[in-house]
Formats: sequence, C-alpha cells, structure tokens
Amino acid sequence: MGGILIAFQEYNPFKGILGSEWVGFRYFERFLSSPDFMTYLGNTLKLSIYGLLWGFPMPILLAFLLNRIESTGIKKKIQLVLYMPNFISVIVLCGIVRIFLSVTGPVNLLFGSQINFMTMPEAFRTIYIASGIWQGAGWASIMYTASLSNASQDLKEAALIDGANIFQQIKAVEWPAIKDMVVIQFILQAGNIMSVGFEKAYALQTDLNMGTSEIIATYVYKKGLLDGDYSFSTAVGLFNTVINVILLVAVNKIVAKMNDGKGL
Amino acid sequence: MKKKSKFARYSTQDKALLLTGYILLGLFVIAIIIPMIYIIVASFMDPVTLQNKGITFDFDKWTVTAYQRVMSNSQIWIGFKNAVVYSIVFTVVSVFLTLLAAYPMSRADFKGKGFFNTIFVITMFFGGGLIPTYLLISNMHLLDSMWAIILPGAFSVWNMIIARTYYQGIPGELREAADVDGANEMVYFFKILIPVCTPVIAVLALWQFVAMWNSYFDAMIYLNDSAKQPLQLVLRSILIQNQPESGMISDMQSTAERAQLAELLKYATIIISSLPLLVMYPFFQKYFDSGIMAGSVKG
Repeated sequence: MGGILIAFQEYNPFKGILGSEWVGFRYFERFLSSPDFMTYLGNTLKLSIYGLLWGFPMPILLAFLLNRIESTGIKKKIQLVLYMPNFISVIVLCGIVRIFLSVTGPVNLLFGSQINFMTMPEAFRTIYIASGIWQGAGWASIMYTASLSNASQDLKEAALIDGANIFQQIKAVEWPAIKDMVVIQFILQAGNIMSVGFEKAYALQTDLNMGTSEIIATYVYKKGLLDGDYSFSTAVGLFNTVINVILLVAVNKIVAKMNDGKGL
Repeated sequence: MKKKSKFARYSTQDKALLLTGYILLGLFVIAIIIPMIYIIVASFMDPVTLQNKGITFDFDKWTVTAYQRVMSNSQIWIGFKNAVVYSIVFTVVSVFLTLLAAYPMSRADFKGKGFFNTIFVITMFFGGGLIPTYLLISNMHLLDSMWAIILPGAFSVWNMIIARTYYQGIPGELREAADVDGANEMVYFFKILIPVCTPVIAVLALWQFVAMWNSYFDAMIYLNDSAKQPLQLVLRSILIQNQPESGMISDMQSTAERAQLAELLKYATIIISSLPLLVMYPFFQKYFDSGIMAGSVKG
C-alpha cells in the first residue's frame, strides 16, 4: 500500500520510490483537468448506477417468487437452472455475448437484420447490464431465499387466518424477514459503484464502443501497464479508491438514518 | 391434492398476480436455457450451415469435428492443466489462511482483536491500486510465477468474517467439554472446530475455486509465458480476440472457410471449458443456503 506514494512522484523504476522526485498533486491535476476525465467518470458512474437500479431488485423479486412455490422439488430444479450462469466465466459469458450479437450471429439471423451491436457505443451499457442480470440475479437471490425461509411461521399463519392478500403478506411477513439483508446488500453495492469490474468491461470492449465502455478501471490499466505511465495511472486509481470510500461511508450513514440507526 | 387447495385459497386478484409472477420466473428460466441449448446444438453443426441458417435439428448431419479440432490443440490442455493446478493450490492456501485467521478473531478473550479488525477492514476497501501492486510483485521476482496470481488474493477479509461468524454460532459448551477432556487449542481447532464447520468450509472452498478458475486479469498481467497461462487466457484469445490457436484452422484453404470454422470452434470451446464447473456445482448445492447465511447475517 506504501506504493500509493508513486502517485505523488515522478516515478522512475530505476530510482525506486525513495529516489524519485516528488511532484505533489501534479498527476491528479493532469487527470482532473483533462477532457477525458468527465467522460470516464461518467461512464463509470452510469454503468454502475444503472446496473444497481436494474440489477438490485431482480434477485429480491426472484426470491419472493421462489418462496411462493409450494413444491420443493420444482423449486430446487428452478434454482439449479437459475444458479447455473454464475458458474460460467466472465470470458465465456462475454464470448457468448459477442457470438450471439455478431453480424452473422443468432440474434441477427432471428430478426433477419445485420446490426453489429458490439460496435455501438449506445448498446454497450444495455449489453453489460442485461448480461449481468442474466448471469448474477439467480445466484444473488440465494441470500434472500435463505432469509425468507427464516420468516416467522406464526406471523405467516396469522396473516393467512386474517385473510391478508399477497401484498399484505409481503408487507407483514416476508419483508421484515429480508429487510436487514436488503439493507446490507444495498450498502455494499452502492458503496462499490466506483469499483465496477475491470474484467467484464474490458472483455466487452471494442475499438468502436470505447465512447461508453472506457471506464476508470480500464483506463488505469491501459495508462499504467500498456503505456508505462506509472505515476499518472496510480494517481487515477487512488482518486477512484478515495471516491469509493467516501461513497461507502456516505451511503452507510444515509441508510443508517433511514433504518433506525442500523447500518453496517 | 394439498397443493391445489393452497393455491385455491388465494383470491382471484392474488391468483392473477401470482400467475404473472410465475410467468416472469418462467421467462427468466427460459432465457437461461435457450442460449445454452443453442450453443450445445451449434457446436455439432456444419460450419457453412451454421453461418447461413443458424442451427438445425438434422441429427444425421451433426459432426464432432469441432470437438476433435479443439481437443487436439495442446494450448487448451495446457490451459486446463494450469487452471486446475492454480485453482486447487489457491483454494487450499486461501481456505487454510482464512480459517486460521478467523479463529482468534472469533474469540472474545483475544486482546488485539479491535486493532486487527481495523486493519482487516481497511484492506477491504482500500488498496495500493494496480501499479503499486504490480511493482511489488515484480520486485519480489514473482512475475511469470504461479504465486503472483495466488498470493495477492489468497486472504479474503470477507471470507474471514464469514468463517468468524460461523465459529461464533457454535455453542460454547463444545469448547468447555474439550477443556474438561484436556484438549489444547490446537487439538480443539483441528479435531473439533474444523469438522463441525464443514458447510462453511465447503462454500468458501467452492467460492475460491470458482473465483480462481474464472478470473483472467491477474494472469493477463503477471503471466506472459504461454506455458503458464491458465485456461481463461487461452479462451480469451479464441473468444474475445478472435485468434484461434494456430493449427486449429490452418488447414482450411480460403479465408471465408477459416472464419466459418473459427466461429464453429468457439461453440465447442465454450462447452468444453464450461462443463467441469457446471457438472461440479450441483454437488455443492446443499451447502449453499447454510454456508452463505452463516456469515452474511451479521455482515
């Protein structure tokens, strides 16, 4: 972690951290004042915020539905299918997405069209988020289904005797059972919006969709390891981490206020 | 009969709502299954038909050429072998470290608990970043060594918290009974505590194995030697960079034929590379609920 110091230096690999010249915030200024800054920050934020908005409710919805299935046999089989995509690797997932959406791929064959989705900047976020839900929603629902199975049976019986409809049952029985889990998951995910994964964004990136697919993580990689601009890359990475920590603390505070003082 | 009576208890409105829900769930399941079936069928197709018409169900025209070509490529096997070695070593090292670190952290009488907790939590959200980590690995002369991708992620604070919470859920009487029988800490930990923690250990092991098996970033930056690359990097060049391993398609005459064959090979590659985990995971399913709930409740 001491390597963070590189961000404040004109780092020279031959001189090492102790021998390199100090330059203060020069690299931070260079990044913040560059025209690309707003684009990359915007791309990062949009990708993760939209991802959170679309992706967060899905597992909860799945859990509610699974919880209503009476037959455990059918439920287990559905869960087996829902969890499956989680065990496919990022590379294979992105490979599948690329094949399916290519000009000669099945999606274009089906519609008789010739659209190259992977080269469209405006399609990148949809592709990224939809494939993320496809892969992750089922797996993420485990925590909620497990919490739901701990719901109070007495409350459930009482609600049924009172003739509560589904919405009333959810409000009185099921929501209280998963509320804490939802809060924890939300804080963790909202606090991580700056650390959107490198692996998937990079694997879905093409030269032509760079306008939306270049996020801070991929930029740090290219600047640092491909161009060898060590100090600049470290400064950008550090900027990202600091924002992330601030967000996490802020979200935790806000949620704690809304949730009677209970945060992480 | 019992099932029917339960569904009948719902009001008309609720039935409609429930039905809509089930249809959505059904669509989600179908959306997962269809692409998988498509890939399986496509991997047996003839490359020209596949490109012009997509998949067909003329079983008599199916071929296993794609599989033969992929399996006869040595780079795929090298990748497989490396991935198995890395994943197993990583899982063993990681789970062992996690279980050991979690034990003192689970004990109320451990003096430095608060201090270590703070340090652990800081590393969860704050790290050196890409370049400092890279320089560290490079200065330790770990580039092109398997430890470069194993050591940095071996200790996961999150997993440690899960193991710690699981330990804390184990009744204190067990410890007292062990004390009465004269068991020291070592005996208690290895002979008594670890065996009762099987569900959480199974889940942690599965997580770490899957995480290492499926990742490519660390290998991409630290391992340049092609003899050391794990499966995901080999897949990356075939699936993402569109560069089939040499020898897979080089016997084809025209560029068009090569492109069609390359497309077909992708399907077979996806199946061959994903099968091991997809076959393995149902055996772990029984541990999912108990193991995952163990740690996440208290965060």
